[in-house]
Amino acid sequence: MASYLLIESRDPFESNDVTSVYELATGLIQEGNEVTVFLVQNGVLPARRSAKSQPLTGLADIGVEVLADDFSLRERGIKPERLADGIGASALDTVIDHLANGSKVIWH
Amino acid sequence: MGLKVLSIVESAYRATIEEQDDTILWTSTALKGAGADVDVLLRGNAVNYGVKGQDASGLQFGAKKQTQPPQLEDDLQRLIDLGAKVYVTTDDVAERGLERTDLIGGLEPISRSSIAKLCADYDQIWHW
Amino acid sequence: MSDKKTITFALMDPPYENARCTTALRLINIAAQRGYDVNVFAYEGAVGLPFTKQSPHPNAVHGHDVDEEDHPLPHEWIDAIAKLANANGGKLDWINCGLCVDERGVHEALDFVRRGSPADLWKWAEASDNTLVIPTK
Repeated sequence: MASYLLIESRDPFESNDVTSVYELATGLIQEGNEVTVFLVQNGVLPARRSAKSQPLTGLADIGVEVLADDFSLRERGIKPERLADGIGASALDTVIDHLANGSKVIWH
Repeated sequence: MGLKVLSIVESAYRATIEEQDDTILWTSTALKGAGADVDVLLRGNAVNYGVKGQDASGLQFGAKKQTQPPQLEDDLQRLIDLGAKVYVTTDDVAERGLERTDLIGGLEPISRSSIAKLCADYDQIWHW
Repeated sequence: MSDKKTITFALMDPPYENARCTTALRLINIAAQRGYDVNVFAYEGAVGLPFTKQSPHPNAVHGHDVDEEDHPLPHEWIDAIAKLANANGGKLDWINCGLCVDERGVHEALDFVRRGSPADLWKWAEASDNTLVIPTK
């Protein structure tokens, strides 16, 4: 099985198609892969606890690692205590780590 | 075994008039022609690229006519003829009110739920 | 110290239009800091990133003259990243899609930038540890 990093730069307030990334993450983890979803840019907006956070918390509940770029969070004033359950802040270095380690990395 | 890549095309009709093609279908064709092992997955609005009878002809700006409008279904056919598998996401086709018969032949239907499994067949997935 | 890697990026966005260019350069900067070899294939609007005719301007709304505003110029950021890569034992290699340069008229680029085609992207992809395509929308 493989390691996947799905980078989500879009947000569900503006873009319907972020659900395709959630669906892909779900499918990949069900196939037995290691899956990380990395939110960046406006993709971190649903990381602030709201009704739109639930799908991300749901991904964390089934074993997907859900991370949000710490700079994008800070840029948008999203404080750590406001993050939805299951979402962690992370440096962008995580993306380079995954690339260096041979993960299949997909940017949406 | 050489590198095997799945190129996902989701964004559609983005600058296709100015470029006279879809730049990712164009790149995929160029890569295929250069011997690359690349297949294409059309999803989202890009499934519309498979529709028969698209016609972007007739644009004119002042006296300047566009003489080579994009012909996207032909470009897709060219890619298929070069040996690329071109998948089309059936859920996205249905959501857009399309029937299978609206589309050109040679496209390989795949459900959204099968894409995760498809990814296992490729070394890298390039989402354009 | 990390093992040296080679990573290829394909970029599509022009400068000053959205957040993707900044994130792309952040990623490339991290790789340069690690001393990796980084290849960038610039496609479509991204060929404008290393364009050396970008110039700074003042900002009356901010109350800044041109020096105070210190407006970012992507070609300067890219040049600095290249120097960072070199200083750490790595290299930044940059190919602009030639046809994309022609149609946009952005011929004046940083001196290490060269023209190429999708075939170059494929050669790099085959020779790299990994490739990341950052699409436009």
